[in-house]
This record gives sequence, C-alpha cells and structure tokens, in this order.
Amino acid sequence: MSEGFAKKVANTQVWKAIFRHGPPDNARNRAAVVAGNVFLHLHPIKLKKSGVQLGYTWCMGGLTFFIFLALTVTGVLLMFYYRPTAEYAFTDIIGLREHVPLGIMRELHRWGAHLMVITVWIHMFRVFMTGSYKPPREFNWGVGVILLILTMLLSFTGYLLPWDQLAIWAITVGSNMAKATPFLGNGGPGAALAKIGDFVMVSDKNDVRFQLLGGRFVGEAALLRFYILHCVFIPLVVAVLIAVHFWRVRKDGGISAPL
Amino acid sequence: MIKEAINFLAEPVYSFTIFIVLFLLALKRIDIVGTKKFGIGLMVFTLVIFGWMVADPVFFLVISLPDNIPIIILNALVFWSTWFALYKGHQNDLRIAAGEGPIEGTPENREKVWAWPNLVYTELFCGIACTVFLIVWAIFFKAPLEEPANPTWAPNPAKAPWYFLGLQEMLVYFDPWMAGVVLPGIIVVGLIAIPFLDINPKGNGYYTFRERKFAITSFLFGWLALWVYLIQVGTFLRGPNWTFYGPFEYWDFHKVVAENNINLSEIVWIKFLSMGLPKNIFVREIFGLIATFGYLFGLIPLITKKWGQRYLDRMGAIRYYIMLFLVLSMMSLPIKMYLRWFFNLKYILAMPEFELNL
Repeated sequence: MSEGFAKKVANTQVWKAIFRHGPPDNARNRAAVVAGNVFLHLHPIKLKKSGVQLGYTWCMGGLTFFIFLALTVTGVLLMFYYRPTAEYAFTDIIGLREHVPLGIMRELHRWGAHLMVITVWIHMFRVFMTGSYKPPREFNWGVGVILLILTMLLSFTGYLLPWDQLAIWAITVGSNMAKATPFLGNGGPGAALAKIGDFVMVSDKNDVRFQLLGGRFVGEAALLRFYILHCVFIPLVVAVLIAVHFWRVRKDGGISAPL
Repeated sequence: MIKEAINFLAEPVYSFTIFIVLFLLALKRIDIVGTKKFGIGLMVFTLVIFGWMVADPVFFLVISLPDNIPIIILNALVFWSTWFALYKGHQNDLRIAAGEGPIEGTPENREKVWAWPNLVYTELFCGIACTVFLIVWAIFFKAPLEEPANPTWAPNPAKAPWYFLGLQEMLVYFDPWMAGVVLPGIIVVGLIAIPFLDINPKGNGYYTFRERKFAITSFLFGWLALWVYLIQVGTFLRGPNWTFYGPFEYWDFHKVVAENNINLSEIVWIKFLSMGLPKNIFVREIFGLIATFGYLFGLIPLITKKWGQRYLDRMGAIRYYIMLFLVLSMMSLPIKMYLRWFFNLKYILAMPEFELNL
C-alpha cells in the first residue's frame, strides 16, 4: 500500500512541478535527479566506485562544507541577539545563556567552529596521503590552502566576539604577532629603518596591527572590525572560494583515483 | 612514581626526542605498523593509557576545560587517520610489490556508479552523524564564558586559540617576527608549492608509502612533530608564565625555573675568547651572521653533494633550491629547539638594535 501511495504522490502535479521527474529508481531518473537539482548538480551523475568509499575519502571535505553551512545558520540566528559593542556584547551573551531555555545555539556554533578547523586539517591530510594534489589538481590544492587559512581566521575573529577575558586576551596574544611583521609592524625588524629625520613611518598608530585592530589595543574598534570580518567579509570570500574549489574538483576529473 | 616519571619525560627535550624516534621507527617498520593487529593493539593501549591519565585529578582539570575538548578530538582523529593512511598505504604497497596495483585501481573500483544513491546517501549519513555528534557535544559541554573583558588585567597564562598554540609555543624558541609572521608565511607558501615541487608521478589517487617515502616522511614530520605536537605542549604542558608543567603537575604559580639563556655572541666572545663584546654590532654578531648565512647558503652544496644530486637532476634547479630552502626553514625550528635545550642558546643572531633576533 505504501508503495502505491508513494507512486501516487510522485504522479501528482505538485511533485512533478517541483522535481520534474519520477522517483530515482531507474537510470534515467537517477541522472535527472542529480542534473536537475541546483544543489545536487555539484555532483557528477556517475563516478568511480573508489570515489564514494568512505575508506578512501573519509568524507572530511564534505563534512567541512556541511559544518560551514551549519555555522552559517547558527551564526545568523546568533546575530539576532548580539550587538558588537563593548557595552552590550558581553551582556548579550549572558542574556543568551540566561534567558533562552535549553539554548544550545552558541554551543553548536562554537563547537562547530572548532570541529571545522579539525575536519579541514584531516581533509588536507587525506588529500596529501592519497597524492591528490598531483597534476591535474595542483591549483585546487592551492585554493584549499587558502581556504584552510580563512577557516582559521574565521575561527580566530569569532573568538573575540563574546568579549570576555578569554576572548580579548587570546586576540591580544594573536594580534601582538602582527606587531612583529618585518617592515610593516612597529616592533618588527626593519621598521626602525623607515624613518625620515624625526618622522617615524611605521609607528604603533599606523602599522599592520593598528590596521587589524583599528587601534593600539583590543578595544571597541577591534570588536567591530572582527565582527564584520567574521560575519560578512570572510564568509563571503570563503563562499566564493568554496565554489571555485568544488568547480575545480569536477573540472579536474572528480575525486582522485589511480590514473 | 610512574606519574613522576611521566612528568619528567613530558619535558619537551625528552618528549620531543621520544616522539621523533617513535615517528622514524614507525615509518621504518611500516610492515609492522601497517597491519590491523598493530592498529587494534595501539588503539587499546592508548585508550587504556588515556583512561588511566584522566583518572588523575590534576590532569583531568586541564583536559576537561571546555575549549580543550576539541584537542582531544583532534588527537583521536590525527592518531586514527595517521595509522589508517599508513595501513592503507602499506596494503597497497604489498599489492604493488605483488604486481597487482593499488586497490583503488582494480576494475571493480574503477566501475562507475550512480551519484544517487551511492554518493548522496553517504553524504546524508555523514551529515546526520555529524549533526548528532555536535548536538550531544553542545548539550554536555557549555561554551565557556569568563569574566567580562578587562584590558587592565591579563590572565596568566594568556593563551591564543588552541589551533594557534603551536605558533605560540614557537615563541619560546623564536622571536615573534619569526614564530608569528615569517615561519607561518613559509608554511603557507610551502604548502601551496608542494604540488609544483613534488614531481613524482606515482602515488596519484591512491594510498601508498613506499612510492613516496620522502614526500610523506617530510610532510608527516612537519604535521605531526612540528604542528600537532607543539599544540599539545602549548595546551597541556604550559602553565603560568608559560612555564613547563608535567601532565600530572599542579599549576603552581610559584614554580620558578632558572632560565639563563645566552646569545651566541656572548658564548663566543666572552666564554671562549674572554674578550668582552665588541662595540660594532656587525663585528659582535659576526659568528651569528656566519652561522645564519652558512646555514641558508653554505649547507646547500654540502647537502647536494651528499644526498641531493639525484634530486637536483630529477627536479631541475629552481624546484630543487626552493625545496631545499623550505626544508631548511622547517628544520630551523627543531635545530633551534635543541640548541636551546643543550646550550641554553637564546639567539644565534642578536641585533636588538634592528629588532632582528634569530
């Protein structure tokens, strides 16, 4: 009976309007379901068996993308409750914790962010161990390295937003490194050379650390910068690069396999 | 007693050395490591050890910090994935030696299958498993929230997020411009350069070890010994003032470690030549300059003569010298670590006048 019912549903005008083909139980429809769906068409219609085995791929790249989507959703939800100012940031987080019964949105977002860093690393490790960066996939490996950096920067910029002791001091430690950039950081080698008479060209008021934080210490300007980097700028760049990454996986011959 | 021994051996000079020895041994005897029996034995062994360690209240205190949970997950995954990749590589090596070719290349595995349902359902399953895992994690561990931000009071130790703790640990051995900017930059450039340096056509699209010994050994060394290991040290073994604490050692704020690190210039001019430091900084740092440039340029002909000639012939000069530069940069870290441990060497090249300390 249930099979009859499923068939009936698949034959209704509504089903056909949405999916434009019958259930994927024959070759023609299996091709159509992948090719005709905007989300599924990232996949090839058919692929080598070795490329779908978990023992080969570990699904780490796919999981990274999945977690990225989950982080986008939970992040947007968190944005409803959060104001990136020194006055409100911390109390908004407290409010989120105190006033939302059984709320785990912040936990999902934080642990998801940690997990994404880990899955990116393991994905990269798998790609290396299978030699999948070798021709013709050299370029895509490079795109992947940039995505790795951006993933860590996403996590790093998000680390500041709770505006607690853990946050500002972790960011202080991290951003102090920028001060030491050769030539561009106030405390870096070579910066002292950039001097015309008494005029210091690279000072703590204009070096890379100042540009990053919008100030000489981790203050409200840094909070706003990190908020915008975290919620808008880096996710947009990551989204574009993910598109390039996936496109190139397909164009370079799909998931790697022996030549 | 055993715990004291572990506390003692956890000190980087010992634990790093033990780690390197075990790492090289594992790759040397991949015929033992790359078997299922060894994998299962290792898993049971590490789980027992981990369970025993967690039973210690002091160790539990550090390990159960909410932000340290990801590192435990990372360790489990790194451990498992490294063994598994070596295992699959070894199985393939045996097949290749028997003339069968890698398992991924059998006609059966080359056969094309439909993305729906084979791939799509696997992804769905992984996505659901990941979601369940995340939700359980989120229910059991609250996201940490400390006191409100206070720019006038710094916690001790102030730690970066865990994925940067390897870099923060490097700060013990290098100044920020190296540990925080130049070395990370070289890591990024080096990673992107890998496909253009490794021109070995073998091992493309299947697990193997024997066909890519050099590539895999050097990558694993950087990944395991210089990245993952340093994260462990930075997270679990560094307490207040970034002082070393063993895994079972209470983070006592008053632990004092006598550190009397001296520069190469001081060792040579004062200790060996009993002369006092020269006024001119270039004369003062002449030995550091010689050591640095000797390391970066002088070593190259020696290495080439001894091991590198066949790589040079195969890869061409541009690839070869870039690869040597990257390898030398990578090895500068363990070299500096051992110089610190054995000779209390602070800087090889100390030019605080230009903020240039190496």
